[in-house]
Amino acid sequence: MNAIAEALFVAEPFQAAGDIVIDCNVNNIFYGDFLAVRDSTVPIEKKKITGFIGPSGCGKSTVLRSLNRMNDLISAFRFEGSVMYHGQDIYAKKVDPVVVRRYIGMVFQQPNPFSMSIFDNVAFGLRLNRFKGDLEERVERALKRAALWKEVKDKLKNSGLSLSGGQQQRLCIARAIATEPDVLLMDEPCSALDPIATRQVEELMLELKQNYTVALVTHNMQQATRVADTTAFFSVDISRGGRTGYLVEMGPTRQIFEAPREQLTKEYISGEFS
Amino acid sequence: MSNLFRAADAASGISGPPSSVEYAADRIFRSIAFASAFIIILLVAYILWEIGEKAMPAVTEYGLGFITGTTWNVSKEEFSVLPEIWGTLYSSLLALVLGGIFGISIAIFLTQDFIHHRMATIFRTIVEMLAAIPSVVYGLWGIYVLIPLLKPAAEWLHETLGWFPLFGTDLAGPGMAPAALVLAIMILPTVAAISVDAFRRIPYKVKEAAYGLGTTRWEAILKVMLPTASSGILAALVLGFGRALGETMALAMLIGNSNQISMSLFSPANTLASLLASNFPEAGQVEVQALMYAALVLLAITFLVNVVGLAVQQYTVRKFEGKK
Repeated sequence: MNAIAEALFVAEPFQAAGDIVIDCNVNNIFYGDFLAVRDSTVPIEKKKITGFIGPSGCGKSTVLRSLNRMNDLISAFRFEGSVMYHGQDIYAKKVDPVVVRRYIGMVFQQPNPFSMSIFDNVAFGLRLNRFKGDLEERVERALKRAALWKEVKDKLKNSGLSLSGGQQQRLCIARAIATEPDVLLMDEPCSALDPIATRQVEELMLELKQNYTVALVTHNMQQATRVADTTAFFSVDISRGGRTGYLVEMGPTRQIFEAPREQLTKEYISGEFS
Repeated sequence: MSNLFRAADAASGISGPPSSVEYAADRIFRSIAFASAFIIILLVAYILWEIGEKAMPAVTEYGLGFITGTTWNVSKEEFSVLPEIWGTLYSSLLALVLGGIFGISIAIFLTQDFIHHRMATIFRTIVEMLAAIPSVVYGLWGIYVLIPLLKPAAEWLHETLGWFPLFGTDLAGPGMAPAALVLAIMILPTVAAISVDAFRRIPYKVKEAAYGLGTTRWEAILKVMLPTASSGILAALVLGFGRALGETMALAMLIGNSNQISMSLFSPANTLASLLASNFPEAGQVEVQALMYAALVLLAITFLVNVVGLAVQQYTVRKFEGKK
């Protein structure tokens, strides 16, 4: 087989209708020598929910974590390309990743509250940003929006770790939105939640997009159809021996699910993907 | 034990109950574990009983005056240990502050990505090797290296800041400062190693959460990692303090064995353990009884410190980690 003659597939760039808040152009993402993601252009539209879907190992989480430089915690990580945010490449040398993460918040797959009280968990980001206003009011508002207030309002002094898994995840969401970040990245936020809590979080996402931008990685295709305005479908290429993820298709969620352009997308959303 | 589900044998070709040998092995292991735990309790009780019995004449003779008085006069058979209690607690507390600060700093340095993890392992091994140095070697090092080194500094501090109680006297030779410093080095490996484990136990996702909110490295360490590791660090400090309270040989060589209560870092003092070690060899019957009483006091202090320390540690576990 002549691998060189075979041109690599690169998705058509998605032309978003509205303003782009984060314009992500991945050339290559490496973990050491391992090429994890190649050639993917993922524009994140302002005040919209952008869903990332695809099979395990397709690099959708890696791309999401590149948007606020979370992957910098892994020393072997290397990003080639650009992520333009308010006219500035966040991977430029002079950019401090700490500042990027203050504006672009993140909710993780596993609930990860700090071992401190529920109140202190939510107030953490506010205190970090030297917030001078009414701390209690902000904490209450964040907990209400995360659909957790009713359950915890009488035990704000209890440890965040004393809550159940689903409550912990909503606490982490409250912690992330308390500082009202410009963009919120959510990496499979509902994978540890029951259906009721999942619905509540989805409603929260829809409410958040009134003012903020959300990027969401999800394994649940129904979730993508319920909340995402735009959907990016990633796949993983194992034909050349590696496991390199890449963007297959990106477009309005309806179009991706009802009239996909690519055969791979069609197979994945109809469940034919092995 | 008979198998009540014999009927299921027909359906499943492979599954079956454990054999009687396996059940017996279970019982034997449980008995051994139970006996081991019980023997420890018996041993502690026996030691307490033996010391208590030998100390009894002194306890009835001197009563509570033994821990409030300040004289240890063999010829007059007047015995009391307040200076030794003071010296024990003061030297251990100083060592805990010094060893604690350095031990926790080392643990942060070794676990929070300041150096490559292979370097960290080498570093940690070296720190733990401090624990392998015999106490008497520390004592000799203190006498021949540390005390001459401290003397000029102590002199200067006493001359310029002599009004300050900590520097109220001059360092004539052995004294509180060299003793506490050596003690701090001796508890350092304990504090560092257990704190390292406490930091290592923090799941990666906690670190991610901190950085995800936009903390700088120091904010992540001070505001998230340190509170998360606090119960483990407290356990490290309790163990280190316990070790400092009971340390004997190096202190007997360095503290000066002088029966006085002083705030000064440079004045000689004495500790309970060092009193026991220095006085036993030549003690007569009455003094031995008094020394046994002193041993009982030391045991009580150590026991109290451990109980209080554990209680505080359990409290932080409940408070911060939400465990019942």
